[in-house]
Amino acid sequence: MGVEQKLGNLGVGTMKLEQAVNWARTKAMWPMLFGLACCAIEMMSAQASHYDMSRFGMELMRASPRQSDLMIVAGRVTRKMAPVLRRLYDQMPDPKWVISMGDCASCGGIFNNYAIVQGVDEVVPVDVYVAGCPPRPEALIHGIVTLHEKVTGEKMKDWA
Amino acid sequence: MSEHLQSVRSELENRFGAQASEFRGQLSLVIPAEKIVEVCNALRNELSFDMLGDETAVDYWPEQEPRFHIVYQVYSLQHNVRLSLRCPLSGNSPSLPSVESIYANANWHEREIFDMFGIRFEGHSDMRRILMPYDWVGHPLRKDYPLGYEEVQFSFNYDEIDKRKPYAKE
Amino acid sequence: MLEKTEITLDELRHLVSDRAIEGETVLLNMGPQHPSTHGVLRLLLELDGEEVINCIPDVGFLHTGVEKNMEAKTYEKAAVMTDRLDYLNTVGNNLVYCLAIEKLVDLDVPPRAQAIRVLLTELQRIASHLVWLGTHGLDLGAMSVFLYCFREREYILEIIEMCGGQRMMATYFRPGGLWRDVPVEFERAVREFLSMFPARIDEYEDLLTKNPIFRERTVKIGVLSREDAIRWGVTGPSLRASGVDLDYRKAQPYSGYELYEFDVPTHTDGDTYARYLMRIEEMRQSVRIVQQALDKLPYGPVRSNNRKFVPPPRSELGTSMEALIHHFKLWTEGFSAPKGSVYVAVESPRGELGVYLEGNGGPKPYRVHWRTPSFVNLQVLPLLSKGHLVADLVALIGTVDIVLGDVDR
Repeated sequence: MGVEQKLGNLGVGTMKLEQAVNWARTKAMWPMLFGLACCAIEMMSAQASHYDMSRFGMELMRASPRQSDLMIVAGRVTRKMAPVLRRLYDQMPDPKWVISMGDCASCGGIFNNYAIVQGVDEVVPVDVYVAGCPPRPEALIHGIVTLHEKVTGEKMKDWA
Repeated sequence: MSEHLQSVRSELENRFGAQASEFRGQLSLVIPAEKIVEVCNALRNELSFDMLGDETAVDYWPEQEPRFHIVYQVYSLQHNVRLSLRCPLSGNSPSLPSVESIYANANWHEREIFDMFGIRFEGHSDMRRILMPYDWVGHPLRKDYPLGYEEVQFSFNYDEIDKRKPYAKE
Repeated sequence: MLEKTEITLDELRHLVSDRAIEGETVLLNMGPQHPSTHGVLRLLLELDGEEVINCIPDVGFLHTGVEKNMEAKTYEKAAVMTDRLDYLNTVGNNLVYCLAIEKLVDLDVPPRAQAIRVLLTELQRIASHLVWLGTHGLDLGAMSVFLYCFREREYILEIIEMCGGQRMMATYFRPGGLWRDVPVEFERAVREFLSMFPARIDEYEDLLTKNPIFRERTVKIGVLSREDAIRWGVTGPSLRASGVDLDYRKAQPYSGYELYEFDVPTHTDGDTYARYLMRIEEMRQSVRIVQQALDKLPYGPVRSNNRKFVPPPRSELGTSMEALIHHFKLWTEGFSAPKGSVYVAVESPRGELGVYLEGNGGPKPYRVHWRTPSFVNLQVLPLLSKGHLVADLVALIGTVDIVLGDVDR
């Protein structure tokens, strides 16, 4: 129904702009390599052949922050590393999202002491928290799919 | 205890006045701090203890004086024996000679001891902090340094802690 | 909260050559976030064009304060933190910590527990070498090796998960033995792994050993002479590739390693290619040990009976008063260790992993110090990289096989 019927075989489709932009953003979100500690190994396992993350659009892991959209903070962030983390987050272009992977990044984990930042949300704003120590690759993929759902639900009036 | 280790023990006791003690089959010798470089020289060149396994420090405040003990673990490849040495040190910022010229890997071990305990090593080529940030104040592994933990958020104090926590906003 | 991260040239003056101060050479920061530094390692390179004059490692970006944190927990609860140090050798960290506690309190370990400990430690060694091979190959450009290695690793992680409940940080080894006995499917899973794995190692060798590009990038790169290796306290495959025959599994056996037959390979060249050959051969020897351990697995209990240190099984709690008292004491206060100190060292995939444990009569460790192999082996990097190109530096970081959790603790 609607305008497609009248246009017939012109090969034109209609879609809301929001849907189109959000679809493009979720289907090719490139993560930035920010593996710090043990969770990085599970992130590498998630990228490898058994639990392939490329099927969700994350074929490449770009090391450069200027070429990536998603920062997966995988591992414990120490007080020495926190300024580096903030600087890398600032260098990423908009739109950007942050997944805090693992317990140490979400809340400090089992390390409640002078050296570890208790939760990476003290440094960068986080969109999705994935729990686990380390989270299984399937849990990380669940976190990524949750982020995709969040991005698909974004409205045009919220964009900068 | 092997023969070689017995002979090493008696040699060090006679020459340097070390006090030996044994616990669970492991020999440990207490060496006065000034003599550590001579002892290590003797161990490496004459007694064939050619690898430094580990160098660390223990803080006994406030139970014991002297406050710090530097513990060295040396290993002999030829005879396959281990030996540990202890150097007692007291005071708030003590110092003792570095063994970097004898065992090269003492470099980073001593930097870590300086970082964590505040013990300086004379003759070290690069005495600066290694694990903590460059401008950190304090020496974390001392017993009078607090653990620095954050209070656990239970349901009764959830909101108070939430207000105090520095969340990043953009 | 944002502390200073830069160091000025004045503070580095004694480390860089005069040409850097004049401006003839370039000081480049190979920062904490870099695709091939295997974690958060920062290197300050002094470069003359593409050639490395000096390389200053800057570590501490993953310093977790484990040693201080373990002093605040009881002995058994602190075992959970040990997994997270060298996170590729989690089972090995548990092993050395439990051996240190058992030595300190003089606790016996039944033979079945020792055999299963050896079995799982060797499987973990294979898993650690697989990650090393995968990332080393990836740095040098061989991406399929990465995918193949992680595919094999999944088998080992499944076996560890079946025993300990978690893929990586299982904390399966406890003081006195193991947490619980291995399940029924364990033997079949290990046998299946052993039947298919040696062919896979041949596959990796087919891809890399005679590959001219790989050889070009690794032969004669980063030569470590025998004297330098001993002087710098390097242990593990790097030491064996330089010609020194030292393996703590043979020299000072622990946990029943003397019952198994295996070879310790050595090489004389001391370059990156030799270290690669060492680790491949070690994987084959580990398969041999696992085969023997599985064939000779004795029957019996998996944890010591000494109720002062090991909690009683829950079935006894309803009937025996002593069991209840022991359970209560162990859960509320924990067991106490005598005054004294021990140092125990094992052979981890990276070298000598040692624990210096000191007790003072209380239920919490007074001082725990970890002698980690990566911390000591990383000091050799400036020596190895003099005169090589920046691209070779990537191969060198891979070949020293550091894990930053190990370096920074």
